[in-house]
Amino acid sequence: MAETNGNYNVIGTRPVRHDGVDKVTGRAIYGVDAHMPGMLWGQVLRSPHAHARILSIDTSRAEALEGVHAVMTAADIPDPGAGVAEANESGLQSKRYKSSSLMARDKVLFEGHPIAAVAATNKHVAQEALELIDVEYELLPVVLDVREAMKPDAPLLLDDLHMDTGGELADEPSNVASRTIHEEGDIEAGFAAADRVFEGEYTMSMVHQGYIEPHNALAYWSADGHLRVECSSQGQFGIRSELADHLQWPISKINVFPSEIGGGFGGKTTIYLEPLAAILSRKSGRPVKLTMSRSDILRATGPAPGGYAWVKIGITNEGRITAAQAMFAFEAGGYPGSAVGAACLCAFGPYKLTDFRIDGYDVVVNMPKSHAYRAPGAPQGEFAVDSLVDEICEEMGFDRLEFRAMNASEEGDLRANGTRYHCIGNHEVIEAARTSDHWRSPIGSAPGRRRGRGIASGFWMNGGGMSTAVAQLNADGTVTLREGSVDIGGTRTSVAMQAAETLGIPVEDVDPIVPDTDSIAFTGVTGGSRVTFATGWAAIEAARDLRRQMIDGLADHWDVASESIAADEDGTFRQNGVTVSFKEAAGILDGDDLRLVGSATVVPEGSGNTFAIHIADVDVDLETGKVDVVRYTAIQDAGTAIYPPYVEGQMEGGVAQGIGWALTEEYVYDDEGHMRNVSLLDYRMPTTLDVPMIESIIVEVPNPGHPYGARGVGEVPIVPPLAAITNAIADATGARMRDLPASPPKVQAAIAALDS
Amino acid sequence: MATEILSGKVHVNTTINGESTDFLAEPRESLLEVLRETLGLTGAKEGCNDGNCGACNVILDGRLVNSCCVLAVEAGGADVTTIEGIAGPSGLHPLQEKFLEHAALQCGVCTPGFLVSAKAMLDENPNPTEDDVRWWLAGNLCRCTGYDKIVRAVLDAAASMRGEG
Repeated sequence: MAETNGNYNVIGTRPVRHDGVDKVTGRAIYGVDAHMPGMLWGQVLRSPHAHARILSIDTSRAEALEGVHAVMTAADIPDPGAGVAEANESGLQSKRYKSSSLMARDKVLFEGHPIAAVAATNKHVAQEALELIDVEYELLPVVLDVREAMKPDAPLLLDDLHMDTGGELADEPSNVASRTIHEEGDIEAGFAAADRVFEGEYTMSMVHQGYIEPHNALAYWSADGHLRVECSSQGQFGIRSELADHLQWPISKINVFPSEIGGGFGGKTTIYLEPLAAILSRKSGRPVKLTMSRSDILRATGPAPGGYAWVKIGITNEGRITAAQAMFAFEAGGYPGSAVGAACLCAFGPYKLTDFRIDGYDVVVNMPKSHAYRAPGAPQGEFAVDSLVDEICEEMGFDRLEFRAMNASEEGDLRANGTRYHCIGNHEVIEAARTSDHWRSPIGSAPGRRRGRGIASGFWMNGGGMSTAVAQLNADGTVTLREGSVDIGGTRTSVAMQAAETLGIPVEDVDPIVPDTDSIAFTGVTGGSRVTFATGWAAIEAARDLRRQMIDGLADHWDVASESIAADEDGTFRQNGVTVSFKEAAGILDGDDLRLVGSATVVPEGSGNTFAIHIADVDVDLETGKVDVVRYTAIQDAGTAIYPPYVEGQMEGGVAQGIGWALTEEYVYDDEGHMRNVSLLDYRMPTTLDVPMIESIIVEVPNPGHPYGARGVGEVPIVPPLAAITNAIADATGARMRDLPASPPKVQAAIAALDS
Repeated sequence: MATEILSGKVHVNTTINGESTDFLAEPRESLLEVLRETLGLTGAKEGCNDGNCGACNVILDGRLVNSCCVLAVEAGGADVTTIEGIAGPSGLHPLQEKFLEHAALQCGVCTPGFLVSAKAMLDENPNPTEDDVRWWLAGNLCRCTGYDKIVRAVLDAAASMRGEG
């Protein structure tokens, strides 16, 4: 086991995670494993068309099938009314649009749009029932490309959608839901001061989060009106509030149990099946379970938006950026709400800007409604910016790291949202890249193929928000720690480590659990790289509260003033020469019949931004266009790395997803809007053969906004890989890949175009 | 083996994790469905239901299979090992120990499939190279880890089972 960084006893160590044994023995219960006595199975009928008006739905034949207990359509979902609601990680969303996305009301807007659902004795009977539902459609013209959708004569998806520019609505409806503008300084003067001005256009495909566990929901609406929902999600409270909104049912009557979750990456921060299971349960009087097939997940959940980007940068002969401009137009899918806003805020994050303008367009197209995917919007934005930066360095002969060092954003610099950076580790990350073994090693060569090296930067904002933790002292001196955050990849332990550090006890003496919504106070979604930061902070405060109560209890026991008792870093309590260990103290307090529970709900700010640089070496097969990533190094500021193996894990996982995004993953549609690659064979995520060992270099610039200096780490690792890999392809072959993914046919064509 | 048809269901006798096990299955049910829904062995996961993710992998008569692509009735008379049968009564299998030590899992939903696949490989080849491990595990998708720690854990487990750890 590795040592700590020397400042702490528990933080920075590598304990075995608390839920580890359950997860290596197959005993952990995920949402897909949930079961209740008398449970029925549901299935969802989905639209085979990408854009159509629903003329009629006849469910009578399905209802008559033996074994069918309930059938539902959008008519069973309460009218959502006007207004907006929090859509977890996707900002505010129109309730009417969200409701219509759960089940189509009058129009279908993407292939796989839910039409009806059935609950039956088993999933095969439910599937047979779907085939007995008769739906009449009137087909409508389909629009799939973001720039086509923005044209004035494009087919309209939503008749009532008017472009919103800072609260002002356009007169005419269009497919453009909103336009955001971030502008500072004098951009004309900035470009005039440049010696050279570069521009580039970029496009990228929609990509999926690709979590291995399908969406699932098990609901039981009991006769007394209590609704119990068990599902895997990135936040039981977000699921509860969305259910309350869309079922129009009191929050006090809904209890959501967070199952173990088999991956989410942002895609499980919202509801899909939960309200359908609930309504089917209410109609049948039985518990109902729904799970999604892989093809439904790909067709009809919330991938990351693809779209179009244009970037312009002005440069002096010395290599300083004088002005920057960008335009992003993202495919929101069938309803508004893409991650274009965050793309605007993050794209230039690694660079010092004084004069800039960034425009973002959120555009509806006949594709699934996009949703959050790991650093939502940032990978697309950074792909465009860092592709152009690489081209500038190549054209003007700048060293790619020195260019970044010269133009690095630092404390006090302006951010795209008009605020200023606090303490950030941008320079430290660049320095770590400069001294890395990878950067200093020769690139080497591969027989019959071309090898190249690329680098790219990444920036992510990181989130704070509300979190709750409850620390309960047990008689044996252990602590049961209730954490409000769903654990998607080791945060039970990273949060428990902070409580253990605070109390001065081993992390093995803290037993973390993640309770249902009735059993702990509100905690925000597991997303935005916020859990180790914010829920960790709640655990620290809960531990401090517990320690105060222990001191008060010991003071009563010893009949002394609380102030005379000191609590040491190793968990011992001292008073006038008497020292008791944490466990002895727990025994004394238990003997006095004290049952102590420390708790805290916190809303910390100051989550601290994070930066990354990735270095990729690729081999390109000139004949086939196939690209292999042969060496990869990820460098990232983690603040204080609370639980280093899982910081590395986040970095390595983000890289692998980025490799897929860069090279193989895409949504392939025919002209009618049917997705053609709806299996994990054809939607090609990286396998063990596509990802090399990944060198993870953790840089620690402690975040002054957290008691132990933690920064969020989960999201920024997916930001640099796209450009790092395409820049490496350019280095190897001279071909600039401006359209993602850089799949073999496109690479092959780009190389051929160079030759001609 | 036994194929007595009872009200549309077939009686199947098999051995699962060393224990003689009987179940009734509809001819259309997969082995994965029966393991999970009928027998309560939910360690094998359904990630794709078409043989592309490996989360449902089990060992059937010594051969690694996607249990979603095997009909339950085909398991008649067979010897099946699932994730629940990997650990012995005396403790975890070295692969399980090394997955924990190397932090080779994040969400953990693909982990049972990786462990079963890795065990099938080590049963055949106790001395794999990194390339061997990567080839053998290429049918298992993991979206969280980037595979780095998984490959290291398997190599380390192999070394430890050879007495080199």
